[in-house]
Amino acid sequence: MSPHHISSSFDDELNSLRSKIVKMSNLVEEQYKNALIAMQNKDQELADKVRETDRLVDQMDMEIEKQAIQMIALRSPVADDLRDIVSTIKISAGLERIGDYAKNLAKRVKVLSHGKTISVSSRFIDQMIKQIREMITDVIDAYITRDIDKAIEVWRRDEEVDNLYNNLFREMLAYMMKEPQNIALATHLLFIAKNIERAGDHATNIAELVYYINEGELLALKRPKDDSSNYTVIEPNSENL
Amino acid sequence: MENTSKAMIKARNVNVYYDDNHAIKNVDLDISSGTVTALIGPSGCGKSTFLRCINRMNDSIPSCRITGSITLDGQDIYDKTIDVVQLRARVGMVFQKPNPFPKSIYDNVAYGPRIHGFARNSAELDEIVFTSLQKSGLWDEVKDRLDTSGTALSGGQQQRLCIARTIAVNPEVILMDEPCSALDPIATAIIEELIEELRSRFAIVIVTHSMQQAARVSQKTAFFYLGEILEFGDTSEIFTNPKVEKTKDYITGRYG
Repeated sequence: MSPHHISSSFDDELNSLRSKIVKMSNLVEEQYKNALIAMQNKDQELADKVRETDRLVDQMDMEIEKQAIQMIALRSPVADDLRDIVSTIKISAGLERIGDYAKNLAKRVKVLSHGKTISVSSRFIDQMIKQIREMITDVIDAYITRDIDKAIEVWRRDEEVDNLYNNLFREMLAYMMKEPQNIALATHLLFIAKNIERAGDHATNIAELVYYINEGELLALKRPKDDSSNYTVIEPNSENL
Repeated sequence: MENTSKAMIKARNVNVYYDDNHAIKNVDLDISSGTVTALIGPSGCGKSTFLRCINRMNDSIPSCRITGSITLDGQDIYDKTIDVVQLRARVGMVFQKPNPFPKSIYDNVAYGPRIHGFARNSAELDEIVFTSLQKSGLWDEVKDRLDTSGTALSGGQQQRLCIARTIAVNPEVILMDEPCSALDPIATAIIEELIEELRSRFAIVIVTHSMQQAARVSQKTAFFYLGEILEFGDTSEIFTNPKVEKTKDYITGRYG
């Protein structure tokens, strides 16, 4: 870590901004934990809690943005301080979006509780949520400790989330073909998976911001992005069925 | 006007000593026309000493010894054949504290053109005084009282008068040593705006302790530290992504 600023109150403000991000990421991570339990147990009360937590997350995003703007106005930060503060606004916005996706999962608990469980999809969704929770924790850890290697490692992990999503997509298509009466349920599961996949993209963005704060330049690697579901088609008489 | 990207001042391997004190160490720097170059760094780092080498202000300090070369348009300014008075007309200077002569506003501006014989008659001199005051943004404020003393103006106006006095002798380079440190924010903003307007016609070098001022007015920034230039580059790059740790520590206000 760089030496301290001569103005210790500026260091205090930077630390307070960082601890708000940590607190916010803990809330978002908890949203996913609870959303999964709520889906598994069809627990409407817990689903409601996830949605309530989202209000707190939104509030923290606004607080962080307000404090960061104030610091830019009053401290005129430059160099890595400027990159840090501007990126923190974007990280906060990213976490807020990730939180929104969790809220969306929670909303669908009611629909899921009407239908029967599709075991294969829930296995993929379990794994995706596990991945997302780890990505959130690790990327924020990388942000706090200024660990670029860790950020890049999180960034690469998005590929696994994408793969899980693509697998689930194919399974769901096949399932809908076989049991058209369950199309509604399968569609909801698809949206759930898509939301988690999007959350992964935002976690990846945060990893890129951590890299930018440290290095002052954009991560020059090719993004591990291959959402093959964009061009997956299964015909009714396909062998995949 | 020459190609703006052409370096008009080239400093090469410049070393300055005050007796045994090695104040400037192996400095290389190109200063281009159409560009504001900011010299930043902690107190005593040599930025003002270097600035004063560019128009040989250090000549008046007996203990001061300079090695290396500084050229203006290819000509060595420390060459024996150089007339220092002529050099200082080509390389003007504005100081930290406004220092108008205890003369009328008109005579402050007319002084340089008179001693250099720039005007053949009083109409030409009037014209030079008018355009210089206009370029320095002071004309409208003083046109009705050109015969009052320059020292009666406000601090910001006095500094613009000094800038008018400098540009009246049609220099190529303007050196500014903390030109705004004695001014309030409004007067500072006016001078900064003036610097931006003057940039197209002159090469400007400014020493400033205000990082924000360096960031606002300059296109190039040189970071001086203990008599050396540790980093030189585009201002936008220096203030967002400095490459040298010491530069970063200085501009962000960290303990080095």
